Amino acid sequence: MGKQLKELNFEFKAETPKDFPVGFLHYGVVGSGDMEVIMEKKALNGAVNIKVVTPVTGFDEVWRRVLERFVSETGISNASLEINDCNATPVVVSLRLRQALSEIG
Amino acid sequence: MKETKKWDTRKTDYHERMNAAAPYIRNGKVVASGDTIKVLEAVIRPFDRVNIEGNNQKQADFLANCLVKCDTKRIHDLHMVQSAVPLAVHLDMFDVGIAKKLDFAFGGPMAARVATAIKEGKLELGAIHTYLELFARYFMDLTPRVSLICAYEGDASGNLYTGFNTEDTPAIAEATKFRQGIVIAQVNKLVDKISRVDIPGDWVDMVIESPKPFFLEPLFTRDPGGITDTQVLMAMMAIKGIYAEYGVKRVNHGLGFNTAAIELLLPTYGEELGLKGKICTEFALNPHPTMIPAIESGWVKSIHCFGGELGMQKYCEARGDVFFLGPDGTMRSNRAFSQTAGHYAVDMFIGGTLQIDKYGNSSTATANRVAGFGGAPNMGCDAKGRRHSTEAWLKCGAEFTSQSEYLGTMPRGKRLVVQMAETFGEKMVPLFVNELDACKLAKNANLPLPPIMIYADDLTHILTEEGIAFLHKCRGLEERMAAIRGVAGLTEVGLPAKPSETRALREKGIIKTVDDLGIDISRANRSLLAAKNIRELVDWSGGLYDPPARFRNW
Repeated sequence: MGKQLKELNFEFKAETPKDFPVGFLHYGVVGSGDMEVIMEKKALNGAVNIKVVTPVTGFDEVWRRVLERFVSETGISNASLEINDCNATPVVVSLRLRQALSEIG
Repeated sequence: MKETKKWDTRKTDYHERMNAAAPYIRNGKVVASGDTIKVLEAVIRPFDRVNIEGNNQKQADFLANCLVKCDTKRIHDLHMVQSAVPLAVHLDMFDVGIAKKLDFAFGGPMAARVATAIKEGKLELGAIHTYLELFARYFMDLTPRVSLICAYEGDASGNLYTGFNTEDTPAIAEATKFRQGIVIAQVNKLVDKISRVDIPGDWVDMVIESPKPFFLEPLFTRDPGGITDTQVLMAMMAIKGIYAEYGVKRVNHGLGFNTAAIELLLPTYGEELGLKGKICTEFALNPHPTMIPAIESGWVKSIHCFGGELGMQKYCEARGDVFFLGPDGTMRSNRAFSQTAGHYAVDMFIGGTLQIDKYGNSSTATANRVAGFGGAPNMGCDAKGRRHSTEAWLKCGAEFTSQSEYLGTMPRGKRLVVQMAETFGEKMVPLFVNELDACKLAKNANLPLPPIMIYADDLTHILTEEGIAFLHKCRGLEERMAAIRGVAGLTEVGLPAKPSETRALREKGIIKTVDDLGIDISRANRSLLAAKNIRELVDWSGGLYDPPARFRNW
C-alpha cells in the first residue's frame, strides 16, 4: 500500500499584489524529491489559496514559511495553487514555484 | 657529562627482526604469499608502531587481512598510524587485540565502528589528523617501525611501480626506511622489469605477490545523472558570484555533486559568461570524470592528482599536457605533494559539509561517527605561510575587514574558503545548527576537542540556495552571525533572521541572492550540464574513460 498522503491548506495575501497573468499553468514533475504545481487564476479578493498534498508529516510550519515567502516576494494574487509533493526539500519547493512563475514572465 | 651509550640500537633491532624473517625471503626480496603471516609475526613486535597503507582510494588489503590473522600472543597492542581505516579489517584489528591505539586521518565507511570501538575501550585514539599533518608526524614522533604498503608491480630487488595510484606510498616508505624500519610491499604482479621505478628497491625489504589485486575505491566518480536542478542553480551562483568575481584560477574541489555541477557548467554557462582562460586553469584535484568536458573544451592547463580514479587512467595518459606523467607515459599521483599544492598554491577551496554552526564552524562528524578530516582542512584554510600573490588572493585579502586589526595598513592576501550546501540536505536534515554534533561526539568518544573540518575564522563564503554570504567582509562576530542567518533558510539558525537586517547586508554586498547576482532562475535546469550522464562523459572522452561496472547503466 502507498504511504498515507496528507493535505495542507494555506491562504496568504501579498502586500504589493500583482494579478496572476494567465488562466492556468502546470509546472514540474512528481518525481522523487520533486513536486508539481498547478496554478489557476481565481477571484479571491487579492488572496492566494494553496493546497499541498504531501507524504511528509511534521513540516507544516516549514511549508507555511516557504509559501508565505513566495507569495510576499512575488506578489502573486487572485490565484489558487495546488502542489503535489513527493518529498521535495524547501529548496526545491521555492525553486519550482519561482521557475513556474518565470514561465509566464 | 658525555653519555656513553649505543647509537645504533635501531639498526641492531632491524637486523634481528630481518634475521627472524630470513627463512621466508627467497630470490632477492621475494616472499611467497602463503608465508605472509609468518613474516609478519617474525618482524612485528607487541606495541610496535605499524602503518598499513590505505587512504580513501587504494588499500594494502592483503597485508591487512594477514596481519589480523597473526597470533595475538606474538603480536598485540600495536599502535596503528595510517591515513585511513575504510575497511572492516582495519577495525577487526582492534576487536581481536592485535591493535590498541590509532592515529589516522579519515574514517570513511568505518566512522561508526571507530566511535564504537573507542566507547568500548578497544581503541585508544591518538588523534584525528589531516593527511599532510599525519605525514608530518611520520617524520616527527609517529615514525612507523614496520610499514605494509602496496604497488602494481614489484621486482626481486624490491623496486616498486605504484604508477597512477602512487598516492601515499613515497611518504610512508621514506619515513619508515630512513629510520631503519621495515617496509613490506604487496604487489599485484611480480615482474622481471617494472614499468617505472616509483619506489627504489633500497627502501623496500620484502615483496609479496598478492593473490588478488589491491582494492581500489572510485570515490571521486559522480554520475551527472544524480545532479539536481538546485545544484545547477547553486553552481551558477558559484561561477558567477565567486569564480568570476575574484578571477579564481587555481582551485581544489571537494568531492560531491555540488562541485561536479560546477565542473559540468564550465563549458556551457562558464563559456557563455566569457570566463574561459580567466578562471579554473590549474587544479590540485583527483582525476574527476566530471572534469572531462572542461578539459576537452580547453579550459584546463594543469591538474596534479592526490590519487588515481578508477577508469580514468587511459584518459589521463592521453592528456599529457594536463596531467603529470612519468617517462613511461603513465600518470603519477602523489598525495603529499598534491596536498602541499592544495595548501600553498590554490586560490580557493570549495566543498560541501554536513553541518555549519551559527558562528560558521563546520563539521562532517555526527554524534556517533568519527569521520575524520582527510585533506579538506589543509585546503580549506588560509595558508599562513603563503607569500606569493595572485589576483584572487589579493582581492579576498583586501576585502578581509578585520585584517587591519592585526596588520595595521599592511596589505596581505587571503585564500577563498567556500562551503557550498543546501540549507536542508537529504531527508530534511538541516545544514545549519546552533551546536554541531561534533560537540556531542567529543563527549561520547571522549575526544579532547570537537573535530572541526573548517573553522569559522578560515571560512570566507557560505553558498546556499538562499544566497552567498561574504563572511570575510563582516565586521566582528555579530555581523558574521547575521550574515550566516541570512543564508540559513528555514533552519533553526536561519529562522530568527530579521528581514531588515538581511536587507541591510545585501545593500552592503555581504549577502548576494540569486536576484542580486542577476541569475535567471528559469535556466537552473539540468539541460545546462555539459554531460547529463556517465555515457556522455565517455563520449566526451572519445571512449578513453572506462567507467567502473557499477556506473555503467546503459
